[in-house]
Amino acid sequence: MACAKPADMGMPIGPERDGVHLVITSDPLAVRAGLANLLASPLLGALNDAARGTAEIVLAEVLNNIVEHAYADISGDIQITLCNRAGGIVVDIHDQGHPFPQERLPQGTLPETCPTNGLPEGGFGWFLIRSLVQNLTYRRDKLGNHLSFILPTEADSETVSSFRPT
Amino acid sequence: MDLIATAHGALLVVTVCQDRIDAASAIQFKERMREVTQTPSDRVLLDLSQVQFLDSSGLGAVVGVMKLLGRDRQLELVGLTPTVAKVFRLTRMDTVFTIHPTLPDGLRKAS
Repeated sequence: MACAKPADMGMPIGPERDGVHLVITSDPLAVRAGLANLLASPLLGALNDAARGTAEIVLAEVLNNIVEHAYADISGDIQITLCNRAGGIVVDIHDQGHPFPQERLPQGTLPETCPTNGLPEGGFGWFLIRSLVQNLTYRRDKLGNHLSFILPTEADSETVSSFRPT
Repeated sequence: MDLIATAHGALLVVTVCQDRIDAASAIQFKERMREVTQTPSDRVLLDLSQVQFLDSSGLGAVVGVMKLLGRDRQLELVGLTPTVAKVFRLTRMDTVFTIHPTLPDGLRKAS
């Protein structure tokens, strides 16, 4: 739930409306409930509808990815911290599951869409995340996975046009 | 996953009576769609106007439904809410599906 828990996250959190900390278990229904909690927080609740929609898409993709991959064959907690900063909401997400392959984030290129055959049924998640956030970073250490990024809070700042995989 | 299917001649309208198609419900959605589309029709119109949120799993399930209907039966979408529309637009899936803003006249009450 919404609470300030600054010490172990290495990031100062001010009054409650400027920060949210939430821990959920690695389960799709826990993700759904957690998202509802986060979206109802004063921090995300204050956003306009478009920015809230973006936040829900991004957080859903990141959290479901952790459930499906990092915690594919094990279970554990996912810690989510949101902090209000100039220019956006800084999001830090920590889990103790498996690392990404090669300890690197997926490229997140848009899956091929060939209307005659083989329309993609998956692979959209990281494309969506990379399209919608800024300053995406991933770090793996002995405590697990640490993902952080900035959620834009401006009206409808889709950065899809500027995203080019390297 | 609550779906209501109503046949209108060659058109089958399927209304999703749930506010999200997400990782927790995508498989169930696809299975229910498989069941309700057993009713023969030339076209299937999926009414998403009650769906406030769809993630990549939900999107994959909608694509999966399109595939299971086969090439001879079109899957069209109607009533995308803003966040759902954003997911379709960003992934360019809005170019794959025929998307209607609202149900055709005469079907609104029926569904």
